[in-house]
Amino acid sequence: MSTATEPVLGFDEALATYDPVMGLEVHVELGTATKMFCGCPTEFGAEPNTQTCPVCLGLPGALPVVNEKAVESAIRIGLALNCSIAPWCRFARKNYFYPDMPKNFQTSQYDEPIAFEGYLDVELDDGSTYRVEIERAHMEEDTGKSLHVGGSTGRIHGATHSLVDYNRAGIPLVEIVTKPMLGAGERAPEVAKAYVATLRDLLKALEVSDVKMEQGSMRCDVNLSLMPKGSAVLGTRTETKNVNSLRSVERAVRYEIGRHAAVLSGGGSITQETRHWHEDTGITTSGRPKSDADDYRYFPEPDLVPVAPAAETVEALRATLPEPPAERRRRLQTTWGYSDLEMRDVMNAGLVELVEETVAAGASPAAARKWWSGEIARRANTEGEDVPTYAERLGVTPAHVVELEGLVTAGRLNDSMARQAWEGVLDGEGTPTAVADARGLELVQDTGALEAAVDAVIAANPDVADKIRDGKVQAVGALIGQVMREMKGQADAGVARTIILERLGQA
Amino acid sequence: MTTDLTRATAAELADLLGAGTVSSREVTQALLDRTAAVDGAVHSYLHVDGEGALAQAGEVDRRRAAGESLHRMAGVPVAVKDVLATSGLPTTCGSRILDGWVPPYDATLVTRLREAGMPILGKTNMDEFAMGSSTEHSAFGPSHNPWDLDRIPGGSGGGSSSVVASFQAPLAIGTDTGGSIRQPAAVTGTVGAKPTYGGVSRYGLVALASSLDQAGPCSRTVLDSALLHAVIAGHDPMDSTSIDAPVPAVVEAARRADVSGMRIGIVKELTGEGFQAGVQARFEEAVQHLVDAGAEVVEVSCPSFSYALAAYYLILPSEASSNLAKFDAMRYGLRVSPEGVDAPSAEQVMAATRDAGFGDEVKRRIILGTYALSSGYYDAYYGSAQKVRRLIANDFAAAFERADVLVSPTAPTTAFRLGDKLDDPMAMYLNDIATIPANLAGIPGLSVPSGLADEDGLPAGFQVLAPAMADDRLYAVGAALEARLTAAWGGPLLDRAPDLTEVAR
Ligand SMILES: [Zn+2]
Repeated sequence: MSTATEPVLGFDEALATYDPVMGLEVHVELGTATKMFCGCPTEFGAEPNTQTCPVCLGLPGALPVVNEKAVESAIRIGLALNCSIAPWCRFARKNYFYPDMPKNFQTSQYDEPIAFEGYLDVELDDGSTYRVEIERAHMEEDTGKSLHVGGSTGRIHGATHSLVDYNRAGIPLVEIVTKPMLGAGERAPEVAKAYVATLRDLLKALEVSDVKMEQGSMRCDVNLSLMPKGSAVLGTRTETKNVNSLRSVERAVRYEIGRHAAVLSGGGSITQETRHWHEDTGITTSGRPKSDADDYRYFPEPDLVPVAPAAETVEALRATLPEPPAERRRRLQTTWGYSDLEMRDVMNAGLVELVEETVAAGASPAAARKWWSGEIARRANTEGEDVPTYAERLGVTPAHVVELEGLVTAGRLNDSMARQAWEGVLDGEGTPTAVADARGLELVQDTGALEAAVDAVIAANPDVADKIRDGKVQAVGALIGQVMREMKGQADAGVARTIILERLGQA
Repeated sequence: MTTDLTRATAAELADLLGAGTVSSREVTQALLDRTAAVDGAVHSYLHVDGEGALAQAGEVDRRRAAGESLHRMAGVPVAVKDVLATSGLPTTCGSRILDGWVPPYDATLVTRLREAGMPILGKTNMDEFAMGSSTEHSAFGPSHNPWDLDRIPGGSGGGSSSVVASFQAPLAIGTDTGGSIRQPAAVTGTVGAKPTYGGVSRYGLVALASSLDQAGPCSRTVLDSALLHAVIAGHDPMDSTSIDAPVPAVVEAARRADVSGMRIGIVKELTGEGFQAGVQARFEEAVQHLVDAGAEVVEVSCPSFSYALAAYYLILPSEASSNLAKFDAMRYGLRVSPEGVDAPSAEQVMAATRDAGFGDEVKRRIILGTYALSSGYYDAYYGSAQKVRRLIANDFAAAFERADVLVSPTAPTTAFRLGDKLDDPMAMYLNDIATIPANLAGIPGLSVPSGLADEDGLPAGFQVLAPAMADDRLYAVGAALEARLTAAWGGPLLDRAPDLTEVAR
């Protein structure tokens, strides 16, 4: 496979000449207990081909039956995206041959989506709002998963053979398609990322999916084209497939803007094609050509009856919608007392739920934000994961933060010790208390040692001591520093200050 | 009552079994012996499961001896068309591409046969994937008409029609997409019914055209078809298109055989021109018999029927092209590596397998359907065909305003000779001209023998059509006609068929 790097124009230079137009297609695996058209379980991570039956294996004679729960989830997603819900719609067959698709057609929706014509308001870093118009949200089934064996890259090229796992075949998906997103200009990468993040938060709040991008339960395809500034004619687009983290969404948009601009400004033209996103190198490479004339020979699925949700059903589902994320965010920010910047940082890092759980578990909002956005965020980023996923993998929980904060407020740990204890927790050494015990982290509570140290420091600094006796209390800082050094940091600076001032008659 | 168990009707067998006069093993063995004697000549079966059938029969006998209360059809053997999934028994659909496939599950209707305690004798021959009117498109060779072994037994369900016509089974399951139960019944002098679409579960019926396919009974008498119909019909949550409503009282209707005051509509477009003289003559006599039995005759017109064949040959291939896509060598059935290719890709293996595994008629229809669904052609072909379908349903609705049932000859001709129409698909397709409209509209239809055509001495069929979920009317009309004709003939029509044990020898 050719990995020759294509020329890329600088971002600012590209944006000086062109306006980017984006379209995002997000596939969400629904968290239903069973598959879209059969009773097989959907749990992630089972042995290959153990969650299959005649229906999802496409055995001759087997027939699909629609999962009502999946339809409800799709309707709730549609409602939360301010869409209209179709009073009557059908599934369609999308016909093409691929080994991981058991029937060689995907049961999907074509021109009759369950939800259509909505929008999602997305807040940007500067506090402004960008409205993303939603074209449609439709139901479909997932394909199986091919594993190419024998090649160096895990891709089909160079592989000696392929294995197919049909556990994923038939898992319910909702595909959410935006209308072309215009006018974002240099904020296009940020808008794309913020849209996916907001959508993720919304889907999570709806409890319709676990929206784990790295496990593939939320997958994003980025369509992008450029048009010369001032033009109203859309350029040729590329579709970058499987951009599966928020950071990658932003990077992929940025990269494709630069690549398109380089091609166009060099007098070339963009090939309409799919592109593969490479997380490691941050570039896209050419996939297969794609034309608008791709012919999937869609026709209404004759094995299923139309989906016709009653108006009362739709209204009943509307009543189950959670608080809209924007309102919820404002409410939480007020409750937590965060500044705009703090709140946005928490949002962008995908920490809202974690902070909420941590506060609910008994931590202060400040401590929750502090511990989830510090060292752990740095480590998660290195691993290419988001904090909640990383924390879950490590087994680090809100209870750990509560415990850590408790150790600080109880006076056992000071801030630098608490940081060490937290690192220990992240290193897998156990609970904050266990780490503190094992590492001997403990503020000295024995005032005898502290008093001795204070006396020694006062004796060694008679000039400073005199100044304090004369009322220059601010000079006490110099003495506290020396006492803390004597105590090798294992003392409470506040207590040291109190003792010094007592000794020098300023208490 | 007859002593030859193979010539007994299913109703008679059910009575004998219920009374303990015979055992299911005796009946089953007699039928298997008959198969051993004649099926070399008829070729009704693709697979005979003697051991399995005898085991099921033995189990029913044991349960009966133990005093268990059993289904009224318990112990009565049945043959099943090879298009239905049978766990542990090969299911080929008459195609090389499924050669050797043994399904891991039972079709719902097969489960119902098993639950009723009906031993399954084997799987019957058919045109490949039910595409044809003669069984000549079976990859495993044609079945033969017991009336004349050089002639076709109808299709696609020629195995199921000939298996009952040659006394190898009292009952068989067929499937009808455009006439595949009714036309074979007509040309073999047997009875066959296509229930209302959704009346019998399609779960486990390997789909030809999902919106047209319907499984139903094949037998030698109207009552027997009704008895089998009652076993297999009823709602199935595994089939979304299955109707959730009580099964029409078909057995009661067949037993009463009452047509007094019934309005019989003769469909103008389905008689006269294009129909063989002897077939038309038997049809007219049959109508007179119904009038004599107290029915009233009206003529109805269904002008859209002239477009039925064209619409059918767009909808069927379209759905079939998609339904048959799953046969790709990846998970089951035949796998062929392309010649001269060193490390073939999955796509190359798929192409080579489908090339080797499908016969010409299947390929012809896949190509037609793929074309009809292609973007740019969809509206003109598939879209127009769906509009015609609605017009045909409207024609039926209007006709059923004036008549309780509609009647016509089942097929335009008697059985043609094997090979006669093999190279002329259009002539073959025209054989289903009278049966196709019912499939397009989803209404039920039944074919009952009307006698032998004067010019060739071969059986002709009389078709009855009823509104959706009024299947009982088919059986009332069919049974009334059967009673009068049998009396006129001095016995069942099939008594006049040749004795195959001589021919087979
Ligand atoms: Zn399944």
